[in-house]
Amino acid sequence: MSQPTLIIGSINWFRYASPQTFYPLAGAMIPWFAWAAAVLCGAGLAVGFFVAPTDHQQGEAYRIIFIHVPAAWMSMFIYVVMAFWAGVGLVFNTRLSHMMATALAPTGALFTFVALWTGSLWGKPTWGTWWVWDARLTSELILLFLYFGFMALQAAIDEPRRADRAGAVLALVGVVNIPIIYYSVKWWNTLHQGASVSLTSASTMATTMLTGMLLMALAAWMYSVAAALHRARSIILERERGADWLTGAR
Amino acid sequence: MSWASWSDFVAMGGYALYVWGSYAVTAGLIAVEVVMLRIRRRNALGDRP
Repeated sequence: MSQPTLIIGSINWFRYASPQTFYPLAGAMIPWFAWAAAVLCGAGLAVGFFVAPTDHQQGEAYRIIFIHVPAAWMSMFIYVVMAFWAGVGLVFNTRLSHMMATALAPTGALFTFVALWTGSLWGKPTWGTWWVWDARLTSELILLFLYFGFMALQAAIDEPRRADRAGAVLALVGVVNIPIIYYSVKWWNTLHQGASVSLTSASTMATTMLTGMLLMALAAWMYSVAAALHRARSIILERERGADWLTGAR
Repeated sequence: MSWASWSDFVAMGGYALYVWGSYAVTAGLIAVEVVMLRIRRRNALGDRP
């Protein structure tokens, strides 16, 4: 299959779009991302539990933040990356792009569920309820259903290329939900609080709390990359079964 | 450090159920995903002609 040639800065980027190039490269990268995730997670937990002080309003219940916020960020970020690869796959018809989108979905769904679960366990002691149908919580629940819908749609179509394209359209349509989640606390009057951390204003959190949260967010990021690359390699093995270059590959 | 003793740490100021419930389920789900990733890879490698 011939690929269109896109050359930027004398690097042929489509070379990296071939599963044959990607497979060993991803295999070499996975241990680094996995170890980075483990080290950052250890550091984040150490800071979160042994350095960060007790919150003067919420007591120790606030320590859920070290999972909740990183999981919620990753749930949205992974979806955007998934939709990006789905879009690239639709435009350039590159197999690997679709494989990356497929590989990201279960990890994105995991973080979405974790964000909802930890939010519920945080809401009970602080708001007095496990769940409310406010805009932030509802749009995050819709995100979980978008991930499930993407996975179910792809699983329901036998022919991989058609499954890829159908999933990609769903992923791209669903991306409108991301700004809705992000801005929901501004657009509507929600029980969920507004952002404590933003790129445009100073944080309202204690520095050590923020440090613990950012370390955990980096750990979640590294873990997601490792998990997605690992799953993408399995997808390549499954789909390119019988390809010559795969016979000796580990 | 906020903890005077080990039991103080486990009690989480009375929020043990909520804090440890969050951490345990998250750790459990990640463990399940890692196991599933390994099984999928083993099956994919085994299926090759």
